[in-house]
Amino acid sequence: MQLSILYFAQFRQIIGVSSEVIDLPPDMVTASDLVRWLSNRSHRHQAAFMDLGRVRVAVDQTMADFEQDISGASEIAFFPPVTGG
Amino acid sequence: MKTVRVQSQDFDPGTELALLDALGAGAVASFTGLVRGDDGVDRLVLEHYPGMTERSFEALVEAACARWPLLGAIVVHRIGELAMGERIVFVGTASAHRAAALEACAFLIDHLKTSAPFWKQEWVSGKSRWVDARLGDADASARWLKD
Repeated sequence: MQLSILYFAQFRQIIGVSSEVIDLPPDMVTASDLVRWLSNRSHRHQAAFMDLGRVRVAVDQTMADFEQDISGASEIAFFPPVTGG
Repeated sequence: MKTVRVQSQDFDPGTELALLDALGAGAVASFTGLVRGDDGVDRLVLEHYPGMTERSFEALVEAACARWPLLGAIVVHRIGELAMGERIVFVGTASAHRAAALEACAFLIDHLKTSAPFWKQEWVSGKSRWVDARLGDADASARWLKD
């Protein structure tokens, strides 16, 4: 199944792209499974996901936690803690 | 009236307040956030997550309306490049009485800071750095869970 991965702020800069489309491997269940899989894609991905305490995840445009089930999701975004307002 | 907007252009707080005044409520409260010139910062660039930003604002306004008897709520947030002293954010609420208007206004800005997908990049003397989230912001948001 195809899944859009979006990166914002430092993640976009470290990974070098603002989005990518992946074929989600069938054994991916949670957001942390996806993080482990993405970390193996390149050194840039690995660097971005080095410190999970600094990573926030949104599943289909809603804030989520890493244990959230992502099967059926179409868009997953990774970014640092937000700093608006 | 529930209004949420994300825009690059400036807004006029007076115009927003007039919309709330026109609802005929007894109390209107508002918060306007401006770019601070801390540590020689001369401008900010605000990045956001189009789509999720609007959804998160709508969810916050719904949460405020579920908790306080509001006649109206407005959230406006700017994106893109902003110079020191420029307005970034406006939150306004209207209710029959002051407590509901003031509390709902504070609730909205406290939650916006921890749940709306914006990221600030500061520019100082031609160099940029990403602003770190403040622990105090998480505390301010969490205080609304207690009561």
